[in-house]
Amino acid sequence: MYQADVIVTLKPVVNDPQGSTIKSALHALGFTAVEDVRAGKLLRLTLDTDDRAEAAAMTESMARQLLANSVIEDFKISLVALEAPARSRRA
Amino acid sequence: MPLASARDLREVSLTEAEYRRIVELLEREPNDLELGIFGALWSEHCGYKTSKRLLAALPSGGRAVLQGPGENAGAVDIGNGLAAVFKIESHNHPSAIEPYQGAATGVGGILRDVFTMGARPIAILDSLRFGPLGIPHNRYLFQGVVAGIGGYGNCFGCPTVGGEISFDEGYSDNPIVNAMCVGIVPHGRLRRARAEQAGDIVLLVGAATGRDGIHGATFASVEMDSTSAARRPAVQVGNPFLEKLLCEACLQLNELDDVVAIQDLGAAGLTSAASELAHRGGRGVEIDVAVVSRRERGMSAYEVMLSESQERMLVVVRPDGEARARAIFDAFELHADRIGTITPQQRLRVREGRALRADLPLRALIDAVPLRTPAAMAPVRRAVEVALPLDDPEDALLAMLRRPNLRSRRPVYRTYDHQVQNNTVLGPGGDAALLRVAGTSSGLALTTDGNPWYTSLDPYAGTQAAVAEAARNIVCTGARPLAVTNCLNFGNPERPQVFWQLRESVRGLADACRAFGLPVVSGNVSLYNETSGRNIPPTPVIGMIGLLEDLDRRCPSGFQEDGDVICLLGETREELAGSEYARLQGAPLQGLPPRVDLDAERRLQGALLEVIHEGSVRSAHDLAEGGLLVGLAEAALFGRHGVRCPALTGQVSAAALAFGESQGRVLVSAPPRRVPDVQKVMAAAGVPVHALGVVGGDELQVGPAVRIRLDRLREAWECAWDTP
Amino acid sequence: MKTGIVVFPGTWSDRDCAYALHDVLGEPVRYVGHRERDLGDLDLVILPGGFSYGDYLRCGAIARFTPVMEAVARFAQDGGLVLGICNGFQVLQEARLLPGALLRNASCEFRCEWVSLRVEQTWSAFTQGMRPGQVLSLPISHGEGNFYADPATLEVLQTNDRIVFRYATPQGQVAPQANPNGSTAGIAGICNARGNVLGLMPHPERACEALLGGSDGLVLFRAAVMALQAAAV
Repeated sequence: MYQADVIVTLKPVVNDPQGSTIKSALHALGFTAVEDVRAGKLLRLTLDTDDRAEAAAMTESMARQLLANSVIEDFKISLVALEAPARSRRA
Repeated sequence: MPLASARDLREVSLTEAEYRRIVELLEREPNDLELGIFGALWSEHCGYKTSKRLLAALPSGGRAVLQGPGENAGAVDIGNGLAAVFKIESHNHPSAIEPYQGAATGVGGILRDVFTMGARPIAILDSLRFGPLGIPHNRYLFQGVVAGIGGYGNCFGCPTVGGEISFDEGYSDNPIVNAMCVGIVPHGRLRRARAEQAGDIVLLVGAATGRDGIHGATFASVEMDSTSAARRPAVQVGNPFLEKLLCEACLQLNELDDVVAIQDLGAAGLTSAASELAHRGGRGVEIDVAVVSRRERGMSAYEVMLSESQERMLVVVRPDGEARARAIFDAFELHADRIGTITPQQRLRVREGRALRADLPLRALIDAVPLRTPAAMAPVRRAVEVALPLDDPEDALLAMLRRPNLRSRRPVYRTYDHQVQNNTVLGPGGDAALLRVAGTSSGLALTTDGNPWYTSLDPYAGTQAAVAEAARNIVCTGARPLAVTNCLNFGNPERPQVFWQLRESVRGLADACRAFGLPVVSGNVSLYNETSGRNIPPTPVIGMIGLLEDLDRRCPSGFQEDGDVICLLGETREELAGSEYARLQGAPLQGLPPRVDLDAERRLQGALLEVIHEGSVRSAHDLAEGGLLVGLAEAALFGRHGVRCPALTGQVSAAALAFGESQGRVLVSAPPRRVPDVQKVMAAAGVPVHALGVVGGDELQVGPAVRIRLDRLREAWECAWDTP
Repeated sequence: MKTGIVVFPGTWSDRDCAYALHDVLGEPVRYVGHRERDLGDLDLVILPGGFSYGDYLRCGAIARFTPVMEAVARFAQDGGLVLGICNGFQVLQEARLLPGALLRNASCEFRCEWVSLRVEQTWSAFTQGMRPGQVLSLPISHGEGNFYADPATLEVLQTNDRIVFRYATPQGQVAPQANPNGSTAGIAGICNARGNVLGLMPHPERACEALLGGSDGLVLFRAAVMALQAAAV
């Protein structure tokens, strides 16, 4: 099993009002060192495969087709191998 | 003797005496699951143990009533073979913990109450109370609640057309979030949630069950303290998209004769829903929790029975109708589990596979709820004269229009879709919303009202004032008040002063509804609104609907034509106690609230309907918080027409004339030639009429002292929410 | 003219569109389920407003993979008229039948209010009979209507006269204070190169009767009827 994290963010050229609002809020709280905030989303997929290359290819393809909109968004993928779960807890 | 420890009892919010009663009823000790089931159904939220006796006094019958209290929602006849189904409900405690989801799931719950009756939801209204926005936590609650209401209602596709918002210290950390929903259904399709035939099949439809809101019902029945935040799992997350599918499926199911009952899963989840629908039909129910689809692993029978996961409903079908019902669920990609059957014995039996986990008589669970009548104690009140200065009426008016309690609500309602479904004739911002009844020439007027300052000063009179004002708002649109729903938000009833407030408020509600001939067809009680020992002000909220047979006879609240004569209907007294002006002046909340003369109200409202229907007046606006000057400014701003009036005169102080909040007053405008008609009708009804001035120009001019351009007036009134 | 109104799970202005076309204009309409693949009987297909699939992930992102969208793409290819309103506009962009994307409103808030639109071109199927510069009053109701396209795409839209409506003052001035959502260049609606596919954020179906505040939405629906009649001659 693999866990694939897909992080989707707006492209750097696209205005991100959510990010700027969060930035102002952080500034108001005194975190003036915050230079920039970009909001995005994390999609955590659990994949039933033990093949890392396959997991990577699958996730890449899903991100291109559905998870991110290439007109406005970029994505990043990170993969972690998972322990197989104990099959059933109901004995 | 009790098997259950004090800790177990606290967990399910039962007293030791209640536990002993359970043992007596069962003639044995309950097991853990059974104790949890009793705790949920005997909670204040489900069992109404403190309020039930009081509520019995409310009038609930009448010619138009098709369904009174006791079902998912009430229903009244609105002509053309149609019924309006409606109810208001609180979601105060969840909103205090997580404002967005608390408010969102509040909207979700009330929508389900309406569409499980077979009615298509056509409108949502929200009555909200918060602490002052100067305090960051209150601002967080306010923003979250408003976003949650919009987030759910907008996605679902039901317009949010009205409601009210007010701010007072007394609601700091304990906001009031009451949502009302109105739906429409043909009489013959009005659906009750009662299972009357043994052998019928019980389906659980919608979301999978998770560990959401376990003990939410009991959670809503205890006061909050600093550990409440740690109990976060008791807050549910809403899924308005799933709810929309459930609604459409439900409306299609409602066309099938094989479907005998549909019941929303709300507080106390499966436990309450299954018990109620079997009990209403005089039957029992047997459930197998093992077949309930779960969102999480390792859930116990206890957790499944008490989960408050959202967007679920029970559907009871005839055995040979299951396939037809399933075809509808499949079309909407909805999941349905066959979880049990209706049984002849009036018992709730819970199985987990082959093991019997609970076996309880429904009478003990529902009819035997031990009612309480706590001690009541009236506070010592003195009739204090409230006299206030008025130095600069112009400055005072601008300051009043900027008050958070009076300023324009547009920044809020423009974040709500108030138009979807194409029936919104008068949207939010005016006296009452007016919606076309699709396919007819008639309209429904909808409003919610409540004034916490009047009810703080006198819960009896204050509640009467809320009923009278709601009716006045309805009448101002040209509609005739039809029926009432109510939400009673109070503090901890175990405190004698709070129970007294509740008792007086219900008495005021009953007396006012009787005087107006209005049935109370549904409602909800929210007690224990107490945070760290502080109780909220008594907050009864009145939801009212009215019928306008001919939409062409509707009446707007803003001034319409230059040259029209502005008349004040009703009597102005020296009444400043509890007013917004008193708060502006920093006066303590004391004295007696404005007097409510129900007979005078009835006469005023009858006469006003007459002049509206015969076309004598072109606008009508209820005078409420802020009094006459604020009312004049609002009618000018709503209608985008100025006002020219000589100085106000009367037998009362300048402050009371300008900003006093005497009840039973309405501002109308009429073409000069129709003024005698208005005077005649009002004279016959014994309603005083004062001609104040005329509509015209681009400023509000009242005597020599007030002269403000409309754009300046608007700038003050439409100031941003964070303006102090 | 026969109109099909596509219903995705979560669509809600399907009934409002049917009301405008059928009850107000007297045109025949039918609902088209998201699993349907045959649009052969239709002249106009409307992708209505709502929150298809809850707008989870991205507005319109999941709806575009439904079977009906393949049919809609073919229908557009064959010259049929396609109108995407609000969420329908978002679906058309996700399906790449129209360029650009709709971002969250600059205010970060949902907005439901009447706005003024300036008609920017009159050659598309949905603007025939309008005057250039004409101002229409229509309601908006969205949280993500902030039109975005990269500069190259904007240039194409601009030079090919495919910007159909811009937000404007009631007097017809395109100005920042009249822009309710931060849209690039005040863009409220665009069409494809052939002018048979239009996407716009405002809701013309909500503006078909004086009783509800205005009837400028009819101008747009009537233009579509005219375009089809002209094509049939």
